[in-house]
Amino acid sequence: MQHAKSPFNYHNLFIYLLAFSSGFSIMGIELLGGRILAPYFGSSVHIWGSIITVFMLSLSIGYLVGGRLSIHAASLSRYGLIFLIAGFTVLPVVLWAEPIMEAIFIRVEDSRYGSFLASMALFFIPTIILGMISPYSVRLLVTDKERSGQVAGMLYFVSTLGSAMGTIITSFYFVLLFEVNTIIYAFSSLLMILGLAAILYQRFVISSSHNLPGVTVE
Amino acid sequence: MNKLLPLLLVTISFLTLPAFAEIVHKERSMYRNILVEDSHQLRCLKFNEKNNKTNQSCLYKNDPQRLVFNYTKLLFSSLLVLEKAPERVLIIGLGGGTMSNTIHQLYPNAIIENVEIDPAVIKVAQQYFGFIENERISSTAADGRIFIKRAAIKKQKYDWIILDAFNGDYIPEHLLTKEFLQESKDLLTEGGVITANTFSVSGLYAHESATYKAVFGDFFNVRNNKNSNRVILTTNKPLPSGDIIAKRALSLKAKLAPFGIDIIELTTWITSTEDDQDWPEETKVLTDQFSPANLLNH
Repeated sequence: MQHAKSPFNYHNLFIYLLAFSSGFSIMGIELLGGRILAPYFGSSVHIWGSIITVFMLSLSIGYLVGGRLSIHAASLSRYGLIFLIAGFTVLPVVLWAEPIMEAIFIRVEDSRYGSFLASMALFFIPTIILGMISPYSVRLLVTDKERSGQVAGMLYFVSTLGSAMGTIITSFYFVLLFEVNTIIYAFSSLLMILGLAAILYQRFVISSSHNLPGVTVE
Repeated sequence: MNKLLPLLLVTISFLTLPAFAEIVHKERSMYRNILVEDSHQLRCLKFNEKNNKTNQSCLYKNDPQRLVFNYTKLLFSSLLVLEKAPERVLIIGLGGGTMSNTIHQLYPNAIIENVEIDPAVIKVAQQYFGFIENERISSTAADGRIFIKRAAIKKQKYDWIILDAFNGDYIPEHLLTKEFLQESKDLLTEGGVITANTFSVSGLYAHESATYKAVFGDFFNVRNNKNSNRVILTTNKPLPSGDIIAKRALSLKAKLAPFGIDIIELTTWITSTEDDQDWPEETKVLTDQFSPANLLNH
């Protein structure tokens, strides 16, 4: 039972890296949400009200769904699939933001509800998917009931640190260097590449190490 | 002694008030701290107590018609580019309502729409700065970008659009992009003019200039060395020649003098980017996708 004894084996490190990246992407995208909405709904405080509400709401649903999904046949490749889908569902933010916001702008006069609807249309689904990652990570990391709190604490630490980094790096540097859409594409690609890596890791590293003595994988 | 103490305290508090500036109104709005300050000659609107440079609007208490600020006077250089008296004017950024009042006095028949994001500023302009509203002059509490998008849907047109929404501390980044300027340009009548009050000294200068040029082609800069303001003057028609400007200045001279505007002197502060492009050719244009205006503004 090598996993239980040393929590910092490559398998766990990889999961922490993925959780960090998902935290990084969530806040990077949330921050750019303000930029994306501003041309149609302004940059007043209610824009942030809409964006933060939608992100918190989606994350809460994502936590619930992710936890539920982790009950049956949890595996690194399913975990990777969540990342792949998350990266994919972020793409409409780049591809369809303009027509979506325009349609809402024309129909809804009040920019509070307009910005809320636009945030829902653009960020609700990808953020739910991204929210599923945290509880699923806990499931993959916990091997021992006694240490489950410690593992969860470590996971929150890593993913929230990722969020902090995603916020500061996006707002201080990325917006000076790149276009908004370029940054969103980068987050989307990052998520998809990591998802693919997780699927490949499961297939080639874990499956082949099944036969090695002292290593067990569910 | 017990009777004298309150009297003494009142006396002391009067004596310690600064002789030159008395705060007559103070409030914290959704967007900023608003201060109205009286000195012996001036009444001023301020947005930030800590920084004395952020006077937004001032008026002479005994001569409210006369303009105090250099930049407000610079904005009237627009009249040299306008082909006729403006009938419909849009002002983004109210301040104390000075521009609206002055234009109303110059052109009593003009319809003037003021757009200000902060409802508290509109109230202060009405209560402390004599901001005139009537059947021709209105004010709307709204984001400038949203107002302009809605105006386009309603097919509104304006002869003169004044962009005065930057207060020195913070720039609403979505009001300084190519897309926004294009949307504003689309609201102009044939020969309509856009006048923007901006800065001339920050790192933003080149980006802002490149963005205006991308939308309007060559434009006029109006500035003198008295402070860091510059006014950008553009139109959807070719810029007028020096002769036409000189002729218009002469005919406007008397009309503008009561406001403290020396329009003849103003003509000497106008330069065209056609003769004098003072920013690098490869400067990045600001767009909705790339608009770190506040980060560039230092």
